[in-house]
Amino acid sequence: MVDTPLLELKGISKRFGGVKALTEVNLSIKEGEVHALLGENGAGKSTLMKILSGGYSCDSGTILINGKEVKIDSPVQAQKMGVGIIYQEFSLVPHMTVAENLFLAREKTSKGGFLKIREMNRLASEYLERLHVKIDPTEQVNNLSIAEKQFVEIAKALTLEIRVLILDEPSATLTPVEVEQLFKLMKDLKKEGVSMIFISHHLDEIFDIADRVSVLRDGNYIGTKKVDETDHNDLVHMMVGRSVSQEYPPKTTDTSSIRDYALRVKGLKRDSHSQEVNFDLYKGEILGIAGLVGAGRTEMIRALLGVDHTFHKEVEVFGKSQKLKSPTESLSCGIGLLPEDRKSQGVILPFSVEHNTTLCTLKKICNPLGTINNLKSRTLVEKLVKDLNIKTPDIWQSVGNLSGGNQQKVVIAKWLNSDSRIIIFDEPTRGIDVVAKSEIYKLMRELTAKGISIIMISSELPEIVGMSDRVLVMRNDSIVDELSGEKITPHNIMTLAAGGKI
Amino acid sequence: MRALVAERAEMVKQSFFVKKVLKRPEVLSLLGLLFLSALMIVSTDNFLSPVNMTNIARQVSINAVIAIGMTFVILTGGIDLSVGPIMSLSGTIAASMMINGLPIPLAIFLGLLVGVLFGTLNGLLVAYGRLPAIIVTLAMMEIPRGIGLIYTKGYPMSGLPDSFSVIGRGTVLGVQTPILIMLVMYILAFILLNRFPFGRYVYALGGNEEAARLSGIRVKIYKMLVFTISGFTAALSGIVLTSRLMSGQPNAGVGFELDAIAAVVLGGAAISGGKGHILGTLIGALMLGVLNNGLNLLGVSPYMQKILKGVVILLAIYISSEKKGLKKN
Repeated sequence: MVDTPLLELKGISKRFGGVKALTEVNLSIKEGEVHALLGENGAGKSTLMKILSGGYSCDSGTILINGKEVKIDSPVQAQKMGVGIIYQEFSLVPHMTVAENLFLAREKTSKGGFLKIREMNRLASEYLERLHVKIDPTEQVNNLSIAEKQFVEIAKALTLEIRVLILDEPSATLTPVEVEQLFKLMKDLKKEGVSMIFISHHLDEIFDIADRVSVLRDGNYIGTKKVDETDHNDLVHMMVGRSVSQEYPPKTTDTSSIRDYALRVKGLKRDSHSQEVNFDLYKGEILGIAGLVGAGRTEMIRALLGVDHTFHKEVEVFGKSQKLKSPTESLSCGIGLLPEDRKSQGVILPFSVEHNTTLCTLKKICNPLGTINNLKSRTLVEKLVKDLNIKTPDIWQSVGNLSGGNQQKVVIAKWLNSDSRIIIFDEPTRGIDVVAKSEIYKLMRELTAKGISIIMISSELPEIVGMSDRVLVMRNDSIVDELSGEKITPHNIMTLAAGGKI
Repeated sequence: MRALVAERAEMVKQSFFVKKVLKRPEVLSLLGLLFLSALMIVSTDNFLSPVNMTNIARQVSINAVIAIGMTFVILTGGIDLSVGPIMSLSGTIAASMMINGLPIPLAIFLGLLVGVLFGTLNGLLVAYGRLPAIIVTLAMMEIPRGIGLIYTKGYPMSGLPDSFSVIGRGTVLGVQTPILIMLVMYILAFILLNRFPFGRYVYALGGNEEAARLSGIRVKIYKMLVFTISGFTAALSGIVLTSRLMSGQPNAGVGFELDAIAAVVLGGAAISGGKGHILGTLIGALMLGVLNNGLNLLGVSPYMQKILKGVVILLAIYISSEKKGLKKN
C-alpha cells in the first residue's frame, strides 16, 4: 500500500451567491480503491465532483495529486491530471460510431490529414476488450443500450489514461443485470490501478462494490468509513442526522375523521412487464411520494394523468370511474399538475402572468360570442396575484422576468383558476429560495384546508417529512411501503428508498 | 406639490409606455416601412400619387393574404412551403368549374375547399403523423402542382365568365376588391388571434408546446388547424389571382411561399414560434410591396431587385435580432 493518497481534497469551500454549497470539505482517495460518496440530494456531492473535474472552481481549499498541489480550472485540465467524470447524461454523439466517439477530437490521422478509420476501430476494440465488454466499435452509439453507452464512456476515459474516474449515479438507469456487469467492469478497472469515486443512493450497491465511503451532509464533510466497519443504519444516520427544521406549517390534525377518497388508483402499469401501482388519495390531505432519483415517481404520475402512454390503469376520481386518457381529460376531472421542470413544462416564458394564469380556463371567461372577456380575465388574475402574493409589477409582465418562486406561484394560480380539486406538485420547491419556499408550503396547507387534495413528489427529505400527512416510498417503479404519522422519519424513508427494511 | 408629483409619475409612466411600445418588433417593422417609403418618396416622382398607392396595395394583396395563414403556422413554430401550389390548384379548379358551367359562387367554394383539404392534410401529417412541417409541406409542394398540371394538361384555362372579374379587377364600395378582401381577412385574423381562445392557444403552442399540453390544451387539433387556415388563405389568394388574370394558371404561385415567409419575418415574428403579430405581417408584406414598386419606378432591373430584396430581409433580421441582444444585457 502507498502511504500518500493518490488524490486529496483539503478544506474545499464553495458558495453560490448567498448559499453555502460546500464548507471545508475533505476527501482522500487511495490508489485503486472504489470510494463511495454518499449524501442526500443537495448535500453537495455533485458540486464537489464538479470542482474536482473542472466544471466549477472552488472559493478556497486545495487539491493534491500524489501529494503535489494542483489547480484544476477546466475539464480539459482535469483530464490532463488524470481525472475523468461520467455524468448521468452521456456526452456521446448518438449518430457516430463507438470508435468515432472514443477518438472524438483526438482522431488518428495519416500525414495527409485523412482519418485512419481502420486503425481507430482496431484501437477501439482493444480498449473495449480490456474492459471485457462485447461492443462492436463500428456500431452507432444510438443503437446501444444505456449500459453499453456507459461502458463506452468508461472506455473513453481509459483512452485518456484516467487515474481517477468519477461515476455520478451510474446505476440509476440500469437494470439489475446491467448493474452487475458495471460492477464487474469496475473491479477490472480497479485491478488496473484506476481509482473510482462512486456516487450512489443505493446503500446495497455501496456495500457490494466500495472499499470506503464518505458522507456529506448540507455541504459539510461528516466522515469516512471502511465499508466493512459500518452498516446501513450507521450510514443513514450520518446522512440525515439532523433534526428537521421547523419551517413547515402544522399538519392537519384530524385527518382520521375525513376519509373520503379523492382519487383511487388501481393496477396502474406503465407497460406490460412493469409492476402494478395501487394507491389512494384522501380528500384534503398531502400525500408525499418519496424515492430516489430514477425510482419512477414522475413517470408514474405522468402515466396516471394520461400524459404518456399507459398499459393499464383503473382510476376513480371522487367516486367516479375515469379513463384519464389525456391531460385535457385529467383537467376536466379537476386534476392539475405542477410539472417537475417549471421552465420547460410549467409556464410559457414569453407569455404574461395573465395569459399563463388563464391558459386552461379561457373558455370559462368568454363572452357569448366566444371572444375573451378581458375585464373578467383581469379581475380574476389580479385577485389570484393578490391571494398568492405573486410578486410582479403588473399582470402583463412576461413570466420569464419573474423569479422561480413566483413562476411556480403562477402555475399554482393557473390550476386554482381552473377549479382543480386535486393538484400534483412535482418537486414544488426545486431551485426556489427559502422565503418563497415557506410561502409555497403555507399555500399548500391553505389549499388542503379548503378541501383540495395534494400529491407531492419530492426528493428533498425534509420537505417530505415536514409536509406529508402520508408518504408512499417508491423504488424501481413500484411502491415499497406507505408511512404515516410518527413513522414518517428521514431514517425510515431513506432506508426504504435505498432498498432496506424497517 | 402633490400635482407635480403626480405629473412626474405620469411622465415616468408615459416614457415607460413609449419604451414598451418601441420594444415591440412590429413597431420596428413599421419604422422600417416608413423609412423605405420615405426613401421612395425622395427618389421617385410619383410614388405618393393615389394611383400608385392603390397599385401597391393591390399588388401586395395576394401575398398579404397568403401571409395570414403563414403567420398562424409560423406562430405555432411550423412552416408551410406548399402555399404556392395549393393556391394555383385552387385557382385552376375554380376556373375549370366555371368554364364547365357551374355557378360562380359554387365554383369559388370548390376552389376554396381544395385549399382547405390540402391544408388539413398537411396539418394531419404534422400534428398526428408527427412529421416535421418542413418535410411534409415540401412534399406537398409537388402533389397539388402535379394534380393541377395533369388536370389542365399544362395549359392555362381561359374563357371565364365576365362577372367573375369583379373579384380581381372590380371595385366594391369604391375600393378595389382585392384590397377589400385583404383588409377584411386581416381584421378577421386579428380578431381570431387576439380575441379568441384559439389565438391564445396558437401562441402557446409556439411558446412552449409541452406546457400547453400539460395545461390540458388539445395541442394536436390546433397544430392541425393552423395548416387548414394556411390552405384556406392560399386558396383565397388563388381565386383572386385567377380572377385578376381571368384564367386558371397551373403554373402560378412559384416562389410565393418565400414571399409569404419573408412578410411574416419582416413583420417581426420569431421563426421559432410564439412571438409575432398579424399586423406585423401586413406591414412586412407592404414593405416588400413598397420595395418592389419603388424599384420598378426607379427602373432598377428585376435581377438587381432580387439582390436588393435579399439584402433588405437580411438587414431587417439583423436589426431586430440585435435589439434582442441589447435587451438581454
